[in-house]
Amino acid sequence: MRDRADFTIETDADGRAVLALSGNLLVSTAGWLDPQLRALEVPIQRIDISNAGEIDTVGAWIVWRLARDNGAAISGADEAATRLIAALKDAGGEGEIEPERLPTLRRVPAAVGDYVAALPASWIRLLDFLGALLISGWTIIRGRSPLRFKAVVRQLELVGVSALGIIGLMSFLVGIVIAQQGAVQLQDLGFGELTVNLTGRISFRELGILMTAIMVAGRSGSSFAAQIGTMKLTEEIDAMRTIGVSPMEALVIPRVLAAVLMMPLLGFYSAIIAVIGGAFISTLTLDIPFHAFLSRIQDVVPLHDVWVGLVKAPFFGFIIAVAGCYQGMQVKGNSEEVGLRTTVAVVQAIFAVIVLDAFFAVFFTEVGWG
Amino acid sequence: MSEAHYTGDYPIVVEGLVNAFDGHVIHQDLSLKVRRGEILGVVGGSGSGKSVLMRSIIGLQHPAAGSIDVLGQPMTGNPASPDEIDVRSRWGVLFQGGALFSTLTVAENVEVPLREFYPEIDDTLRHEIARYKVMLSGLPPEAAAKFPSELSGGMRKRAGLARALALDPELLFLDEPTAGLDPIGAAAFDALTRALQDTLGLTVFLITHDLDTLYEICDRVAVLADKRVIAVGTIPELLQIDHPWIQEYFNGPRGRAADAARHRAKAMDNQPDRGA
Repeated sequence: MRDRADFTIETDADGRAVLALSGNLLVSTAGWLDPQLRALEVPIQRIDISNAGEIDTVGAWIVWRLARDNGAAISGADEAATRLIAALKDAGGEGEIEPERLPTLRRVPAAVGDYVAALPASWIRLLDFLGALLISGWTIIRGRSPLRFKAVVRQLELVGVSALGIIGLMSFLVGIVIAQQGAVQLQDLGFGELTVNLTGRISFRELGILMTAIMVAGRSGSSFAAQIGTMKLTEEIDAMRTIGVSPMEALVIPRVLAAVLMMPLLGFYSAIIAVIGGAFISTLTLDIPFHAFLSRIQDVVPLHDVWVGLVKAPFFGFIIAVAGCYQGMQVKGNSEEVGLRTTVAVVQAIFAVIVLDAFFAVFFTEVGWG
Repeated sequence: MSEAHYTGDYPIVVEGLVNAFDGHVIHQDLSLKVRRGEILGVVGGSGSGKSVLMRSIIGLQHPAAGSIDVLGQPMTGNPASPDEIDVRSRWGVLFQGGALFSTLTVAENVEVPLREFYPEIDDTLRHEIARYKVMLSGLPPEAAAKFPSELSGGMRKRAGLARALALDPELLFLDEPTAGLDPIGAAAFDALTRALQDTLGLTVFLITHDLDTLYEICDRVAVLADKRVIAVGTIPELLQIDHPWIQEYFNGPRGRAADAARHRAKAMDNQPDRGA
């Protein structure tokens, strides 16, 4: 389909080896021609391109390089070819075109070493960030600088209101799964009615908050990191600083505040919807009527279960928002960094939330809210 | 195709182009022909749709109406059609910010189009091509292994140009190549564009605000105003046209300064015995 370039090797009247090229010497024909010429064993003394068709810089480069490597002369070049070859003479360079990459056996230990060596610095940066956050918070509390209400309200909407749909759907389905799976096991033991206890208590104590935290980390934590990271790349953060606007007060505080305020509300909402999901499936498969399920919940779920969930929620919101904002602020260099930092923000947030949840579980049991 | 290169007179023909965003009309019945082997400067006020015109021609913006032929091939906006893929391998585009892939080095950026269109080229040759393209674009050889974030604005433009030239295109689209460059860098970039155009026989579609660029290297200038191309011609021809925008553009303080600078340069050239 593509036209080809070809070559022949002859000996001219003076007994010199002449390589005669024919066809178009273009980037589209170079893929075949170049390895052939490179593999030539015979020394070439002259390269004749008078029979060649069109030529572009790739063709000119191949001809010129062959001439250079063999110490050969170039003949039969028309005006365009001469011009191209002349332009390339100054451009032909050696040198690396890829950044240095170590062999795997050395790269992996080096990467681990770099990571470990960078750990203390990253802890200090995190501490620095938390300190700056506290200072900004204190400045606002003391009234030295105003709280940005519009930004807070906007974030409340993004973190909370727009998450209602997906969190509701997720919680409803989780509620169905708990009730249905729990019922199968409990009915075997003859305690089918305990399904209500199971669904109610686990939703309010653990799953409602935990699932919400994971969803908020995925939705909002990632968006905090990506947005602030992109703003760093486009120098918006620097612009803010020069105008005298503290990025901490303008960007981080509203997001942290929104996450801290919204997490308990979303968590409670999630638990309620999960219970409704449980009631829904119980009506269909367990012969417990919808209303009976809901009124049983009031009897079997102690009030402190609700508190357990609600107390944890602001801490989780804080962790998610801080992880997102902190990672966003660490972005520098290129767009790949935004992706990496966003990933790290979500992973760290979910991990920290689960670790903290384990501590809370033990703590609340110890203080008698079991 | 038997001919490897386009041999017609007008590699870009735009006719009756209409572009509109949300009812806001950008182009109304716009027509433009670009001659083979010329550097066509495209000027117009901010928001007059210069970039939209370029994006329409290179197929990034689907026009509401009108026809666009590039290298004799009607562009229908079907990215999978083999003819349009062929056309796309024969143009190079330099975006305003360079639009280099930030996770690749400069040389790797140049290699991307080569890999994409000519996978049969082996690594050795592709590296060599990347290396000489980088140097043809006026970058030092060590820039080849650097990442875009390690380059200055002017160097990034040159790296973008190296990538635009990767496939030895017949057509080169430049979107404000000298914007954001210092005067020395801008003049050097102009000279580079002209030299490459001469050497490689390119047809250049150049969007610019830079009057010096227009005076120095453009063969003809197309003026975008009132939602269409109101005039195409050399600068002296345009100056004859009695249109308020054209008059204000070329006869405003900056236009006159650029013209005067050109005359001064010419006067210096004509006095060979005035050397130091």
